Amino acid sequence: MKRPELSLENKSALITGASGGIGGAIARNFAAAGAKLFLHGTSAEKLKSLMDELKAEGFASGAKAIELNTPDDARDLVDAAVRDLGKIDVLVNSAGINRPQKSEDVTEANWDDVLNINLKMLFFVTQAAGKEMIKQGGGKIVHISSQAGIVGLPLRAAYCSSKGGVNQLTRTLALEWARHNINVNAVAPTFVRTPFTEKMFEDEDFKNYVIDSIPLGRMATNDEVAYATLFLASDLANIITGHILTVDGGWTIK
Amino acid sequence: MSLEIFDLTGKTAMITGSTKGLGEVAAVALAKAGADIAVCGRNRENLEQVSTSIKALGRDSAGFYLDVTSKQSVQEGVEQILKHFGKVDILVNNAGVNHRVPVLEFPEEAWDLVINTNLKGYFLVAQAVVPQMIERGYGKVINMSSIFGLTPLPDQLAYSSSKGGVNQLTRVMALEWAKQGIRVNAVAPTYFETELVTQIRNDPERFKFINERTPMGRWGQPTEIEGIVIFLAAPASDFITGQIIFIDGGWTVW
Repeated sequence: MKRPELSLENKSALITGASGGIGGAIARNFAAAGAKLFLHGTSAEKLKSLMDELKAEGFASGAKAIELNTPDDARDLVDAAVRDLGKIDVLVNSAGINRPQKSEDVTEANWDDVLNINLKMLFFVTQAAGKEMIKQGGGKIVHISSQAGIVGLPLRAAYCSSKGGVNQLTRTLALEWARHNINVNAVAPTFVRTPFTEKMFEDEDFKNYVIDSIPLGRMATNDEVAYATLFLASDLANIITGHILTVDGGWTIK
Repeated sequence: MSLEIFDLTGKTAMITGSTKGLGEVAAVALAKAGADIAVCGRNRENLEQVSTSIKALGRDSAGFYLDVTSKQSVQEGVEQILKHFGKVDILVNNAGVNHRVPVLEFPEEAWDLVINTNLKGYFLVAQAVVPQMIERGYGKVINMSSIFGLTPLPDQLAYSSSKGGVNQLTRVMALEWAKQGIRVNAVAPTYFETELVTQIRNDPERFKFINERTPMGRWGQPTEIEGIVIFLAAPASDFITGQIIFIDGGWTVW
């Protein structure tokens, strides 16, 4: 009897945003599932400490710390990953930012920053990795989207717009690349406690609004987002494409 | 590590309509992942056969007569299951029928049979099984829905209506039982190559239509349902509730 497993044995994965909470958890879970990794992050320090931790547990991986600002940056990142890994079987786009601000105060710079990282750079990393996957004859792409792509959230006009875009991008790429044996899916979490969100929860009212909005009565953990990502990246999800897998404790069904 | 979050050892699962088709595949999948299995259906010979094949995998299993359209049969069946296994941790609502005719010719008896089996049956079985999950504060309900709950086809009046109903039933149950630790999700498959749809499979025109309608250009293979069923039954998905997960090769993304 072959026991179905969440395995990435013999797979090579590029993970963006790995110096963040969710990206870091994805890297740890992917390494434990047997994948060879190439990690991207904006904080060289955090990337190094993650790499050291993975190395100590016997997992090897490469990494590149850069800001993703232009399509050239995206191509350079994918080139570096291909040089290091030899191939890319799995791409996880978890790099993202959020700059909460009242809609009437949102500046053009704020809007551009959020849309550039969360949507435009996500697309160009995917385009570069997708070209490799087409050459290789297939692959798996998982975008870390958000419930903000499904429901509105106050003070997050740019963020919600970017994540709604990610969801439609997911469906469009799934359609276009199905013929190349590339699965494109997204994981859409609710709020997760990370360094990225810690500041928001200093506001008690906001914290209560979040907890009260989640039927399961708590926030998601980084690992819970990583498990869904691992499932979609594994061979167990070969028939799934274009799906937005929501990990939100029920927030969006209310 | 991935074994732990994907392990069902010590859990008991009951699957309605598991004497054949995807229900049988789901039952075997949960057994492979470690669960003991209550096989449920109306064909006594098949009940015996499927439970025997699961016992050969080293799990406890038995067959139980269960007609999901009869409240009395459901109550008696669930009573026997609880007597045998002591508990049910995982419920897969799967028993379903279809009837394909144009709306203007659709017989009332066929409408009643499809709705009573596919929709009311899910409600009756959940109502009988979930109370003992609530007592223990943890449980998983997986409702087998269909792509037709979202994107219908002509001649599928009752079936599509029943599956649309299953999706909303899933969300309501998820909301009501979230605080009691019960997760309720649905799986929405495309056409899978089981013996139940051999007739469609052998109709060249319909076979071609289905392939062309699907971005991946193919039907699902029965074992491709294994991953999602285990994932939704396992601790890996503990923060996911109220979701309709499409396993459809991209059918519903366009």
